[in-house]
Amino acid sequence: MQKTALSVDEIRQDFPILKRKVGVGGSKTLVYLDNAATTQKPYVVINAMNEYYSSYNANIHRAVHQLGEEATAAYEQTREKVAKFINARSADEIIFTRNATEAINLVAYSWGRKNIKRADTIVLTEMEHHSNIVPWQILSQEKKSRICYLGVDDQGYLKMTDYERVLKKEPVRLVSVSEMSNVLGTILPLKEIITRAHENNVPVFVDAAQSVPHLQVDVQKTDCDFLAFSAHKMLGPTGVGILYVKKEILKEMPPFIGGGDMIKEVHQQNTIYNDLPYRFEGGTQNIAGVIGFSAALDYLAAIGMDRVRNHELEITRYALSALSDIKDITIYGPKNLRDRGGVISFNIADIHPHDLATIMNEHGIAIRSGHHCAQVLMERLDVAATSRASFYIYNTREEVDLFANALLDARRIFRI
Amino acid sequence: MSDDIYREIILDHYRNPRNKGRLTDPDVTIHDSNPLCGDEIDMHLKVEEDRIKDIKFEGRGCAISQASASMLTEMVSNKPLSMVKNLSKEDILENIGLTNLGPARIKCALLSLKVLKMSMVKYYADKDPKSAGDFHDESVKY
Repeated sequence: MQKTALSVDEIRQDFPILKRKVGVGGSKTLVYLDNAATTQKPYVVINAMNEYYSSYNANIHRAVHQLGEEATAAYEQTREKVAKFINARSADEIIFTRNATEAINLVAYSWGRKNIKRADTIVLTEMEHHSNIVPWQILSQEKKSRICYLGVDDQGYLKMTDYERVLKKEPVRLVSVSEMSNVLGTILPLKEIITRAHENNVPVFVDAAQSVPHLQVDVQKTDCDFLAFSAHKMLGPTGVGILYVKKEILKEMPPFIGGGDMIKEVHQQNTIYNDLPYRFEGGTQNIAGVIGFSAALDYLAAIGMDRVRNHELEITRYALSALSDIKDITIYGPKNLRDRGGVISFNIADIHPHDLATIMNEHGIAIRSGHHCAQVLMERLDVAATSRASFYIYNTREEVDLFANALLDARRIFRI
Repeated sequence: MSDDIYREIILDHYRNPRNKGRLTDPDVTIHDSNPLCGDEIDMHLKVEEDRIKDIKFEGRGCAISQASASMLTEMVSNKPLSMVKNLSKEDILENIGLTNLGPARIKCALLSLKVLKMSMVKYYADKDPKSAGDFHDESVKY
């Protein structure tokens, strides 16, 4: 069945913040183009958390009383929904963390300390977010292993020839790549990367913080071994991250955070750890956040990720066309729309991104400026910073027009 | 308001920075950056008879941070160190004519003052470790 296009007008009604006035004297309607940093939240998400706190707030897993049972059910149903959303074989493969960063750190600490040995190579790319670099650096300093970066070509694509060379020459023990660059928008050829790694018996970690919110992700299809993403980049609340790990790997992983709820029995000198996935969720979790995320997953599932993707393709095509008309603009990342997500990084003449963001802010337009936690990539592009506009389901062509006009105003203010 | 920030003088100092470069034999060199936005400033100083004999800066970043650094070097050139010691953030913001910056951008404007104060601390610490404490200045914290 052919699905119709997204009804953006209807969707916008679901997001209270989009009615907000900002700028001098509250004179501008908010144009929110910083979705790669975090997305806005629909009423259903906000209400789901309110509902938990106001009618069944209780700690999970232990309580026998009604509230505890209701809270546990809501929390565990979310785990099932997450598993379904990314097509995991089992909800036991889903671990809730604070954010994607913590999910990566969990694997680096637990799986990494057990499996990475001296002189092993960990393969990353020049496109990685700091969260997919620093945990591996900490691990490598401890284990005396080394990190090898796959290059990015001038069009913003991963250099697959680098990958072949590294797989052939180095003792690669792990490949960890983002599925979509948060700066260039580049969508990596994940299936190919994973297939080649597995042929060499190397597991693959996928930083999916930018992809799960925008693309249909299927962990069985790509056959990734680890995958991490964050709820807040896909309509959910902050403070909830998700880690997927293949069960056969997860079973062999030592615990990360020790404490309550991750145990079966604790004695003076030893502990029997809990079953999967609870073994990796020490301490009281962000129950309200997980329940809010459940509503976000329902909301996105009702729209359908294919329609989310199609809307973003359409708005990105429109924006790329509007921006390319602006004089002295440099747009980074692949030119072919099919290879990129709804993220556009750019620079205009000698206007520094922070100055540009200040000017945009006065137009009520929220964009991001800076290194986007990707300084390795900034060095590769030989820029100190870029400006970045990133889109989601509620962004419109009219907003892109306002944005493009504001860029012209920036040129005027900078007298170019 | 952007028209008030990006006045001719700010853009002029941004595009034609004064005292930009290095010194051949500086008495003190200090680097700092603003991790939020990646603005970077290096200050190089030559001191003679408790005056700033020569000052140069290197850096990259937004118009506000770079113009502010350029204007600061003009402000303190050939001035006694005691004057530098007493410089407040208000002095800087007034000097560059930006007194109503928001909290995110005020860091850009004050980065060069922070680096200058750090270089004073280092200068005195190198000379006499005991006296360096005098130059720790609360006003640089923002």
